[in-house]
Amino acid sequence: MTSPPDVGSGVAGPLPTAGDATSGPPLLDVIELRKRFPVGAPAVGRLLTPFVARSRTRQPLLHAVDDVSFTIARGETVGLVGESGCGKSTLVRLINRLLDPTDGGIRLAGEELALIRARDFARSRHRARIQMVFQDAGDSLNPRYTAFDAIADPLRRLKRLTGTALRARVEELADLTGLPQILLGRFPHQLSGGQKARVGIARAIAVEPELLILDEPTAALDVSVQVVILQLLQSLKQRLSMSYLFVSHDLNVVRLLCDRVLVMYLGRIVESGPAAEVFARPAHFYTRALIDSIPDPARSKAAPRARLSGEPRSPIDPDPNVCRFHGRCPRGEVRCTQSMPVLRRLTAGHEAACHFAEEVTAVPV
Amino acid sequence: MSAVPALEVRDLSVEFRTRSGIVRALDNVGFAVGKGETAALVGESGSGKSVTAYAVMRILDPAGKITAGRAMFGGIDLLQQSEKDIAELRGRDLSMIFQSPRTALNPIRRVGAQLADVLVRHAGATSAGARTQAIEMLKKVRIPDPERRAMAYPFELSGGMCQRVMIALALACRPAVLIADEPTTGLDVTTQATIMDLITELAAETGMATILITHDLGLAAEYCQRIMVMHAGHVVEDAPTSALMQRALHPYSAKLIAATPAASAELDRLASIPGNLPDLRRADLPPCRYCARCERRTDACEQPLPRHVQPDGHAVACWNPL
Amino acid sequence: MIALLRHMRYVLSENPVTLLAFALFAVLVLAAVLGPSLTPHDPLATDSTRALQPPSATYWFGTDQIGRDVFSRVLVATRLDLAIAMAAVVIAFVFGALGGAAAGYFGGWTERVISRLVDTVMAFPLFVLAMGIVASMGNTVGNIVLATGIINFPIYARVARAEANIRRNAGFIEAARLSGNGEARILLMHIVPNILPIMAVQMSLTMGYAILNAAGLSFIGLGVRPPTPEWGIMVAEGAAFIVSGEWWVALFPGLALMLAVFCFNLLGDGFRDILDPRKRT
Repeated sequence: MTSPPDVGSGVAGPLPTAGDATSGPPLLDVIELRKRFPVGAPAVGRLLTPFVARSRTRQPLLHAVDDVSFTIARGETVGLVGESGCGKSTLVRLINRLLDPTDGGIRLAGEELALIRARDFARSRHRARIQMVFQDAGDSLNPRYTAFDAIADPLRRLKRLTGTALRARVEELADLTGLPQILLGRFPHQLSGGQKARVGIARAIAVEPELLILDEPTAALDVSVQVVILQLLQSLKQRLSMSYLFVSHDLNVVRLLCDRVLVMYLGRIVESGPAAEVFARPAHFYTRALIDSIPDPARSKAAPRARLSGEPRSPIDPDPNVCRFHGRCPRGEVRCTQSMPVLRRLTAGHEAACHFAEEVTAVPV
Repeated sequence: MSAVPALEVRDLSVEFRTRSGIVRALDNVGFAVGKGETAALVGESGSGKSVTAYAVMRILDPAGKITAGRAMFGGIDLLQQSEKDIAELRGRDLSMIFQSPRTALNPIRRVGAQLADVLVRHAGATSAGARTQAIEMLKKVRIPDPERRAMAYPFELSGGMCQRVMIALALACRPAVLIADEPTTGLDVTTQATIMDLITELAAETGMATILITHDLGLAAEYCQRIMVMHAGHVVEDAPTSALMQRALHPYSAKLIAATPAASAELDRLASIPGNLPDLRRADLPPCRYCARCERRTDACEQPLPRHVQPDGHAVACWNPL
Repeated sequence: MIALLRHMRYVLSENPVTLLAFALFAVLVLAAVLGPSLTPHDPLATDSTRALQPPSATYWFGTDQIGRDVFSRVLVATRLDLAIAMAAVVIAFVFGALGGAAAGYFGGWTERVISRLVDTVMAFPLFVLAMGIVASMGNTVGNIVLATGIINFPIYARVARAEANIRRNAGFIEAARLSGNGEARILLMHIVPNILPIMAVQMSLTMGYAILNAAGLSFIGLGVRPPTPEWGIMVAEGAAFIVSGEWWVALFPGLALMLAVFCFNLLGDGFRDILDPRKRT
């Protein structure tokens, strides 16, 4: 625990979800999740690792994900935004159980998943419940597998389908994702970007997951294809009643698809709230800068735009009492170096981790 | 736009010889960029926007051949220069910024030294003066702590910092023309904004002509005064930004604008563009390469492409403009 | 498949040297398969009355010191030499590919153990190691195969380790995990199929080396024993007669050896072009 002493238990536990129509426990409940990676072990120490206990040498720790709590309701689409290196990929890998957390809980419909080791999770009965669409569809498809085999792989492993039942299901998925069946026999290098994206989506939804993580699913696509894929994802969500965790750095795309947004900065969630609310009244200087950075020709050129200067703080053994954004923040006062702001509630469902959140909200975008 | 353009490309055609046939990558591409003007070449992948830049800079892949056209710069045709002359021009008068700054920098040489090299070779600086000038340049592209950063190797700098160094390198000799090929792809939005601010400010300050190559129409519209929309090797529309965004004349440009998610967009209302790029290897390519995807196609489209120009300089290559 | 054939035709037409290598390879395979039934004379029949005759219309490559037809012996030896090399390469390939891929994919202890094993083998002068193995384990064809396999193993293990290592963090590996594949299954069904083409190139390149190695062992008296026709022994036996002017006894088996090595090396380069996806569009 690196939480500063003056932080109460206010941040602990799941955050309330706004506009959640469904009752009962949330689908996904992430509780004080942490992931730290040891970095820069001394060369001699690394060489002797087999012989010397690791704990002997105190290694610096990279705080990739630090005290992250949030929930996703059934049928909800939650956006996760932040720049490269902010820890969103690590968070995603923790949630889809490819990586073991250092600390914290991941509950799916009330069942604790964080205790199952990542290497055993592939054979766990929960594996089918969380699936993911990868950022680079090309890279996520095995170059030696045809589209059919790529989509069939999870069905064979997790649903034990074979023969005609398997073929029928793969063809059904191809239809569902708008992939012409004739392309099922092709290898990835024979498919266009949009077609590869469809194969990736078909594979992810094949085993009917409850939570689908979308990791920048359209980042590698042309705009004309991007629209089609986003519309496909939107309609699939309704038809298959999934929840989405949508990771993106493109705020305009997040705005299109998401009910709620989480903004991440250096391993911590710095703002969360309903998408429309966050975009209209950001409460954190970082969110503000993100929104002001979106190219928007409609916006007046004269209006002042928040720009970030300076260097991000190091995520390696960060000072628990200093705001992570200090140094790049246009405001940055002494107070920010004495107590790290934690997420606090501004309005129903809207939270921000900034001492000056009310001031930020007051200035219209 | 000033009377004499800084760079004028006329009837540029480029072919690539591949195993499966000749790809007609560019066909009669023409545009002009004035001194101090920032123009954008916008298009999806395969539209030929990068090929255009590479052809003008004469750094095309050996398989690519310029079959026709001129690229006039200060009274000389860049396409007719010898390798030696064009190399001299590239260093001094024409500059380019590439998409992946890290690979474009020499990984085993300190960034300050790389800058100094360029200054010595092309700007005739003395090696002693080049060092201080290099630090000046780094300061100008707003790299914090330039004295220390000058001693850094590229791998020690973040992607945004590397791109700043690339910009410093490109601008070291005060070029007359700068081509920026997707300079912010792969960078974070906040970094993208600061890099684009920097490029446009420096362009305005030095009066150079800047061509921004991008797939992001929003980015082009925000930072450029004029936009050339490319599709399958044709410039289909060439217009002042505001004119294009308010009233695009070419059906493809209109679709592209309608497909780009903007602040006020709703997912259901975004347009998709049906069909694909035509196969540019076909011998019987129609005069209009968009016609197979076009909703406004008529028999007139079988004629050679027109070029309608309006008084405000808004040009469109279409028989049935919107 | 059709695309691959078309691509092969393209590579061959662009590259006459590869075409030559393929032609040579075809000749070698034919000689290995049909050799014994094509010989003009019995390769083992001795006749002291016609010892050391120079090449002629009857004896194309001449005869050796005990009157055996050199051409027939060179032809028949093809099968044995290729078989030894092939078997050795297959052993090295299977163990090298699996061991190397496991090392590259799992990392950690697996990698340390396999890498040290590879380093240990590489620490010896390889030919001397092969000599030692055959000398200590017994002078049989099986042991030549084993020794040649062992000294070729590190080449495969290293290539496989490097290739598996590049792919261990690829998106499709993570996707395979999400699809419910266990680690062993990912290694066998996702990693190995992707590194096989690269290994195939290595296979051809090391074939030449393996042939040379097997012949070398026989040349110094280890391995295949006379009177079995084998290129290495024939060169060894003929070497004594070069000084006295009977050059043909050593030259023709040596030439066969050289052509075989040459063929496989060129073939390896050709394979690389054929399998390189960057050249296939």
